[in-house]
Amino acid sequence: MELVVSLGIGIVAGSGVWLLLRPRTFQVIIGLSLLSYAVNLFIFSTGGLRSGAAAVLARDEAGTLAQYADPLPQALVLTAIVIGFATTALLLVVLLAARGLTGTDHVDGRERDQ
Amino acid sequence: MPDGIVLACLVGLPFVAAIVAGLLPTRARDTASMLAGAVALVCLGLVWSAYGTVSGGGVLRAELPWMPQLGLSIVLRMDGFAWLFAGLITGIGALVVLYARYYMSAEDPVPRFFSFLLAFMGAMTGLVLSGHLVQLALFWELTSFLSFLLIGYWHHTAAARDGARMALTITATGGLSLFAGVLVLGHIVGSYDLDVVLAAGDTIRDHPLYIVALILIVLGALTKSAQFPFHFWLPHAMAAPTPVSAYLHSATLVKAGVFLLARLWPVMAGTDAWAWTVGLAGLITMLIGAYIAIFQNDLKGLLAYSTISHLGLITLLLGLKSELALIAAIFHTMNHAAFKCSLFMAAGIIDHETGTRDIRRLSGLNGPMPFTARLALVAAAAMAGVPLLNGFISKEMFFAEALSATAPVHPLLNVLPLAAMLASAFSVVYSLRFIHGVFFGSPPTDLPRTPHEPATWMRFPVEILVLTCIMVGVLPAATVGPYLDIAARAVLGDATPYYSLAVWHGVNLPLLMSVVAMAAGVTIYLILQRRLREGMDGPPLIRHLDAQRLFERAMVTLSWRLARTLERIAGTRRLQPQLRLILIAAIVAGAGAAFVRGVGPGNLVPAPIDPVLALLWVVGAACALGAAWQAKFHRLAATILLGGVGLVVCVTFVWFSAPDLALTQLTVEIVTTVLLLLGLRWLPKRMQSSSAREPEVLGRTRRLRDLAIATAAGGCMAMLAYVVMTRTPPELLAQHFLARAYLEGGGTNVVNVILVDFRGFDTLGEIFVVGVVALTTFALLRRFRPAADSVELPEQQRDQLEADEARHARDDGRHVADWLLVPFTLTRLLFPVMLVAAAFLLLRGHDLPGGGFSAGMVVAIAIILQYIVGGTEWTEDRLSLLRPPAWIGTGLLLAAGTGVAAWAFGLPFMTSYFSYADLPVLGKVPMASALIFDIGVFVLVVGATLLMLIALAHQSVRGRRSTPRTLPQAKASPRVADAVGGGG
Repeated sequence: MELVVSLGIGIVAGSGVWLLLRPRTFQVIIGLSLLSYAVNLFIFSTGGLRSGAAAVLARDEAGTLAQYADPLPQALVLTAIVIGFATTALLLVVLLAARGLTGTDHVDGRERDQ
Repeated sequence: MPDGIVLACLVGLPFVAAIVAGLLPTRARDTASMLAGAVALVCLGLVWSAYGTVSGGGVLRAELPWMPQLGLSIVLRMDGFAWLFAGLITGIGALVVLYARYYMSAEDPVPRFFSFLLAFMGAMTGLVLSGHLVQLALFWELTSFLSFLLIGYWHHTAAARDGARMALTITATGGLSLFAGVLVLGHIVGSYDLDVVLAAGDTIRDHPLYIVALILIVLGALTKSAQFPFHFWLPHAMAAPTPVSAYLHSATLVKAGVFLLARLWPVMAGTDAWAWTVGLAGLITMLIGAYIAIFQNDLKGLLAYSTISHLGLITLLLGLKSELALIAAIFHTMNHAAFKCSLFMAAGIIDHETGTRDIRRLSGLNGPMPFTARLALVAAAAMAGVPLLNGFISKEMFFAEALSATAPVHPLLNVLPLAAMLASAFSVVYSLRFIHGVFFGSPPTDLPRTPHEPATWMRFPVEILVLTCIMVGVLPAATVGPYLDIAARAVLGDATPYYSLAVWHGVNLPLLMSVVAMAAGVTIYLILQRRLREGMDGPPLIRHLDAQRLFERAMVTLSWRLARTLERIAGTRRLQPQLRLILIAAIVAGAGAAFVRGVGPGNLVPAPIDPVLALLWVVGAACALGAAWQAKFHRLAATILLGGVGLVVCVTFVWFSAPDLALTQLTVEIVTTVLLLLGLRWLPKRMQSSSAREPEVLGRTRRLRDLAIATAAGGCMAMLAYVVMTRTPPELLAQHFLARAYLEGGGTNVVNVILVDFRGFDTLGEIFVVGVVALTTFALLRRFRPAADSVELPEQQRDQLEADEARHARDDGRHVADWLLVPFTLTRLLFPVMLVAAAFLLLRGHDLPGGGFSAGMVVAIAIILQYIVGGTEWTEDRLSLLRPPAWIGTGLLLAAGTGVAAWAFGLPFMTSYFSYADLPVLGKVPMASALIFDIGVFVLVVGATLLMLIALAHQSVRGRRSTPRTLPQAKASPRVADAVGGGG
């Protein structure tokens, strides 16, 4: 199970990094989104992969790690998802504005000189 | 009065007054100077009120803990030594304010001047009263900074700007060095508290880091006190208004260096290293400064170099291994402040009344300005060390020390008395030049202004200072004796030796040296007089040793040439090489760390592979690779594939017991996709073409290289993830959160309780970020201009419009509306359902998966669905409440208000409260204050998400309206623009 998820993380991260290095703005934005999936999953996995663990406490109970999934990485990732969305939106708008100003969608704002 | 109030007022009052003075109207010269004078006098009174305590050897102390765990507190502490300096700063400050009132022209923005001057007074008082090393360094830098502002007061002149910049560069760099030094010192002692440090002399001197601390601290002191080789900033600082020169650059600021050396003298001095660094710097500075001063043609330049020389003398005294030398240093610091300050003021009067400071042009001013001439004469005589004046007594003490001190190497001892005499002779020469050149000789001719006596009150501060010089010179023990004693005892404690303050000690060697130096000085002046009158181009012999030029060359090399070279070698304006470098560095750093530390197999046995999950991830991996493959030419496909990866991630969260994450991921996924789809329209068409502009080989090499980087990054991530997952997770805060979520936070959904309660402050920051991002996108899009090739309507829309056109009976846009009729009806029916679902998610968030984030996203999706199928006009006609910026503001206010409300109950910010209310019908409902916070999050998320989506979506409408159209247009509603505030 761990192997599947870590391979998944690796492939998604690799695809993201590949796209980050591409010259077109849209590629970079897709790449960043992929990379953030991979990183979110990785942070999530640091709490250990537990299928079937309870996520919600019973009333009047102090939970222990033996019964419940680790909530801390989850809280971190939840925040990261929302912030990731916000930055993706910002990046998209900046890229569109740059495209409007420069007329090109190259990441440098101008086509590569040759 | 309690200590705390006295000390806090001493430091705080000038700063408060500085702000007030800064707010006065530009021409309010009298008000500003009255304010400054009153503050200086009040502070002087406060200092005097502490006399009773410090004269008995007591210490005033006030402490305000700031970060006590780190040993950081605000400590104000006034012993006798600090008391003396505080008196000097406030007393001379009051005189300088009076002088400045008459010196400053009514045309200048005088309130600004007094504002800076007051702030400087506060910083300087703070510096001498600091009982904490870090705080001392802070005030130290503050004085440098305010000195920069004051030197650059007449910022319209290039000399002022250059002088200010040079002074700041040198003294602030020294200040950083001092900061590093006190950190080392604090590390050695284990505390930054001055009392503790002063009690740890042996520990400090025996510590291996002693030499490091010494060099760093001495660097700070030498730069501040304009000691060789950092002396050259002081003459350039003379571009400041003369009151500033009199106050900062003779009496106070430059004394900060010697203050610090004397302050740390008991714990750091006494070693050979100290004697070499401090003593040698002082010796060289004393000689060079005095020598150069002789050949200055500018009155203030002469005084500046003379100041450098006298500071060198004080530094040299501090460098000697003798308690008596320390006392002489303190004494000379006071004397120098008195006579140099009055001389600067006299020079300012001459400049003010004649219009020039050039000694070669001035002469015979004794006629028109007899009073000023006499005052200057006495002050200059004190500077030269003439008997019956204060300078004489401290000079005698210096000679005595020069004869008796122990030095690290013997030959230095033979040099010392000679050097002392030489410097003393030089000081006679330049004092003579000052007096004889300016006040005697033929009557003045050809001056910019006709000289006359200044206003009485402008001369008054000079009179006071000169009177002090005489009184101390005649009756030292009766006038200054007690104060010097207080200061000396505060530094030396029980080690204070016996010393005698008297004019006459009988015929002894120091007196003989004085006589010889005087005679030598007069002789040298007589020889040089003619040539000096004609003007000499800089001091002979060391004319080419121009430290300023070296400094400027160093600055050019550092800040210009080196930077340019580095930029040429390592800089690029292209993004890809930068990202490549960053990625490679990250991979190397990560892999390197793993390689060096070694990674063994984990302790957990991997769970058996579930075929469903494996299959799911085959799909996920294929989607990711496909997105990477297609993102260049098939953006829509890439967006869909990206969504595929997102869904797989979402299912993975569910699989591994994280329902909250899955919920958030799912909703965010939808919104992100809509956002990307909206953006697609503005990107250029890209067709796969074979017309490559570069050789195919180059492109292929680049792609292969990037593929290698991507593979390495992905491989490293996979390995890292696997290694982490097969180990028992560390016992961090999870247990803490799990145990307390219900008992102390009142919620069973631990993740939500963490977000809105335990780490509510983080979430507050986060929603601020989301709000700011939304407003930023909105602002960016307000001025959005599409690229030329994206202006036209997209192909698809043109087709639809043509279809409408073909059937004349139809309005524009019917074509689409007809096609979307079924989804349109469905989404309308779905809208209330989604709102209820969102409310449900929001309310149950504290106990069950849900919460403000996901609920907000659901509402945003519900509304955006209406936009997509119903069209902008239709939706905005019906949802007039849709004002996203207002939602953002409300959300932030609600969330922050919940946090602030805790203050009303006397609890810290963001403390939460909860209980369960038993409501009819609904049953037991959690009533945590965190719920209100979560509602704030919800409202903000709705507003921010909608603002981003709508602002982007509206560009299509705007684009059509603002460009010349060739095709029949859909009517654009003005409400559209109003709703999101966009301009047309």
